[in-house]
Amino acid sequence: MEFLFYMGDVFSPVNFGLLVLGTVGGLILGATPGLSPTMAVALLIPFTFQLEPQQGLILLGAAYTSTVAGGAVSAILLKIPGAPANIATTLDGHKMATKGEGAKALQVSFLASAIGGVFGVLLLIFLTPVLAQWALAFGPSHLFWLAILGVTVIGTLDSSSVVKGLLSGCIGLWLATIGFDDIMGAQRFIFHPAVSGGINVIPALIGLFAIPQVITMFTKGRTKDTAEVITVKKHPIRFAFIEIFKRKTALVIGTLTGSIIGLIPGVGGQIAGLVAYDQSRKFSRESEKFGTGHSEGVIAAESANNAMVGPSLVPLLTLSIPGSPTAAVLLGGLLIHGIFPGPDLFMNYPQVAWTFIDSMLIGQILMCIFGLYIAGLAARVAQVPRAVMASIVLGLALFGSYSVQHSMGDVYVMATLGIAMYFLERFGFSAAPLVLGLILGPIAEANFIQGSMIATATIGVGVYFFTGWLNWLLICIVTASIGYSIWMEVMMRRYTTKDEAIAKEEALS
Amino acid sequence: MTDLPRNQHIIASGVIAAIGTSVAYISFTQEPADAFIFPRLISSVFAVLAIWTFAKAVLGRTKVGNGISVSALRNMLPGLVVTCLYVFWAAKALGFYTATAIAFFILLTLYDPAPHTHAQSWVKRLLITAAFMAVMYGLFAQLLNVFTPHEIFF
Repeated sequence: MEFLFYMGDVFSPVNFGLLVLGTVGGLILGATPGLSPTMAVALLIPFTFQLEPQQGLILLGAAYTSTVAGGAVSAILLKIPGAPANIATTLDGHKMATKGEGAKALQVSFLASAIGGVFGVLLLIFLTPVLAQWALAFGPSHLFWLAILGVTVIGTLDSSSVVKGLLSGCIGLWLATIGFDDIMGAQRFIFHPAVSGGINVIPALIGLFAIPQVITMFTKGRTKDTAEVITVKKHPIRFAFIEIFKRKTALVIGTLTGSIIGLIPGVGGQIAGLVAYDQSRKFSRESEKFGTGHSEGVIAAESANNAMVGPSLVPLLTLSIPGSPTAAVLLGGLLIHGIFPGPDLFMNYPQVAWTFIDSMLIGQILMCIFGLYIAGLAARVAQVPRAVMASIVLGLALFGSYSVQHSMGDVYVMATLGIAMYFLERFGFSAAPLVLGLILGPIAEANFIQGSMIATATIGVGVYFFTGWLNWLLICIVTASIGYSIWMEVMMRRYTTKDEAIAKEEALS
Repeated sequence: MTDLPRNQHIIASGVIAAIGTSVAYISFTQEPADAFIFPRLISSVFAVLAIWTFAKAVLGRTKVGNGISVSALRNMLPGLVVTCLYVFWAAKALGFYTATAIAFFILLTLYDPAPHTHAQSWVKRLLITAAFMAVMYGLFAQLLNVFTPHEIFF
């Protein structure tokens, strides 16, 4: 119950102010189509430099939580998911809005998000110390395999193609080796002065997540957005509570599905929402109503995508393996404040870790309260013209990446990686494994070198890295994730035509 | 899949394969060897996967990735050129705030669906640009104390 000890810190004026700011800002950013939670958090990182570590993390955590929930506003009122995590919400949420139940859809969506989110954060609170204790037994070989596991799992599960996912991870791992070698001091792959100090993670994250979105907005040209915001009629909140209570099966299915999926590194909220929606339909007594504007669909999808947020941070805080792309960005936010997550995080920085987690718990409740009140405003902001949005994001990306080290080199790296990532995405590559490779590369290399030194002096490299139950467990998970993904790809190929695969990919992109 | 994406896939995967094999070549030929142990490990996998992807593209077996349509390329190109000029030249040469204001205004002009013949839409673009610059200055210069390059202008 250590988390209760630090609960008071969340309510200090500065911390609480940042929590409210992050929540409101996140709701508005989340409602804006094209601004994903990952990109929003990446763009916010430069604003945390001047803050204390816990304050910075509170801001980022609040933004992460509320952008996921905020995406439901545009999904319901505009039929455009604010983030990939809200795709399933669109299916019934928009239908409800067109039937004149927009307010009800928004209310049940935010209530379900808050309930799912609170459950997810409680899971984070109770699972993290247990896993952290267990992770203390990890040696260099285990940490090396864990880093590889992080890259391969996200590479195989997050991408449409296993090979391209793994290739993205390899590109990230290679980018992480650019610069001076830590042990020998040798220059590696320094082909331009901008990368002589290596690739800084924050500008790279900003570029990889923000610039492709900007270019995607450019590709739409001068066409006018045709989506109209559906006006909502007043709906008493108590009826939304009653609705949630009546649809508790969907809520339980969504919350449990989201929590479990969140714990699996690499599987994002998009999948959580869709799986929960599907399962809820199977178990529902009114399954035929799904897709026609049924509140169960909204409840299942929204509770799942917010329940995923807390558990996705468990592997990050205990093993320094981010569970999702946004968690990878949060890792970048931790690293710039000199905090390296891992098993000893709760011993070395208990105040930072627990205040951050507590703020996420309080943030879920704030997100629900503010969400209900500013949904209308957020939907209006979501209609900001694409040209304005693209220019704003580009300006923020330039200033944000420069402010990290006051270096033009970082700006060039941000833009180069961002433009390259746009083209890579068009050919089936994914940013998430590349980012994971970039972040986990130094961890993998340091532990590989350290392990090799220990092994050379003792039992030999082969024995050190390939024996012991924990090494084998990790190797088996790496192999299983790759094998499973290949099998899934083969199965998809058997039942899906090329055109269907392309259409599906286009719909999700 | 039409020929356009197939050719695009060949070019894209060819570039990746060239980078992968170059990285592997450098890793295995550079000294000191101890500094390149880890790069050798990953570049081997990188090169193999990249060549595999290239081979699949050449054989027309690429399943994912829609490539870039001509219309998307035509729409994107002006914005991309402005972005590159802004980031790689103007920001440093003119100063961050001047370059940002110019780039912001040009991008608005290029992509704003409002007609160019209406004076009102030009005033609107100018006002949006001014408001954005005020926010950026307030945030970065005043709040975060980020000293950006001034160069020719501000």
